[in-house]
Amino acid sequence: MEDSSGENAAKTDPIVGLLIGKFPDSVSTVEEKINWPAVRVKLGALKQVGRFLKETPDLAFDYLTCISGVDLKDRSPRFDLVYHLVSIKHKHTLVLKVAVGEDEKAPSVTCLWKGADWNEREVFDLLGVSFRDHPDLRRILMPDEWKGYPLRKDYVLAEEDKFPGD
Amino acid sequence: MGIIENRFSPNVLVTTVDKAFNWARKCSLWPLGFGLACCAIEMMSTAASRYDLARFGMEVFRASPRQADLMIIAGTVTKKIAPRLKLLYEQMPEKKYVVAMGGCAIAGGPFYDSYSVVKRVDLIVPVDVYIPGCAPRPEALLHGLLKLREKIDRETIARKVS
Repeated sequence: MEDSSGENAAKTDPIVGLLIGKFPDSVSTVEEKINWPAVRVKLGALKQVGRFLKETPDLAFDYLTCISGVDLKDRSPRFDLVYHLVSIKHKHTLVLKVAVGEDEKAPSVTCLWKGADWNEREVFDLLGVSFRDHPDLRRILMPDEWKGYPLRKDYVLAEEDKFPGD
Repeated sequence: MGIIENRFSPNVLVTTVDKAFNWARKCSLWPLGFGLACCAIEMMSTAASRYDLARFGMEVFRASPRQADLMIIAGTVTKKIAPRLKLLYEQMPEKKYVVAMGGCAIAGGPFYDSYSVVKRVDLIVPVDVYIPGCAPRPEALLHGLLKLREKIDRETIARKVS
């Protein structure tokens, strides 16, 4: 499914076409040049699209590899959530990108893919994106009483952590 | 009794007992391998067959701190694990020794300016031997542990006169 000739595989892949045909209002192509199939999904339709991707026999995306959070400081919905999905049966991959604002809560996909549990906790811990209906949303890498979200672009390092030589 | 008293200077008896105690302590140090990160791999390979730790008496890496007398802190100490590290140190029975292995345990290592790393492990527990390296080779770890044995040799059970 990956196109190494440089053409934007994100736009030409048949799965992308199928998804956009089924959910014309919520799914669109991504603007960035990505080397494998990718779509941009609206926040409200994430669970619906995810359930369709998981339960359709031809697509069968049963493995959520990774959820990443991106902090684009100057864009209006500030965060981007990137979901990497893999189908073990058919051996194809798909990337979902979802834009989340600073005060919005994203729907949790733990009910669809169990692997989302700790990934969402990590995004919550380090970027501050909240998830609705998550079974156990709390900090995972930082200590429980930590204040602030360290991987945000405007996070200020504490005085004692700065290296005196810098 | 009058024959033995005041005849031998007290140091003679103490040094022999010292030698026995120190020999016993240094030749059977049981480590609590506190392997946190990459240095743990080097520690494991030191304990494996090529750079054997068993020939120094340290083959049993105890899982419980109650049965260990040497704590090898191998790896980066984050702020999250720091209270647990102190708890494990306090659970070890006396006479205990701590070895800080690797750059991260000594001074924060490559993560010296991270939000989540404790800069030096001797902010939390007192350290006897520091072994620099990232990660220190097994020979370096062995050198550090032999230095620890030399340090144990210099100890005395006599009460220090202030």
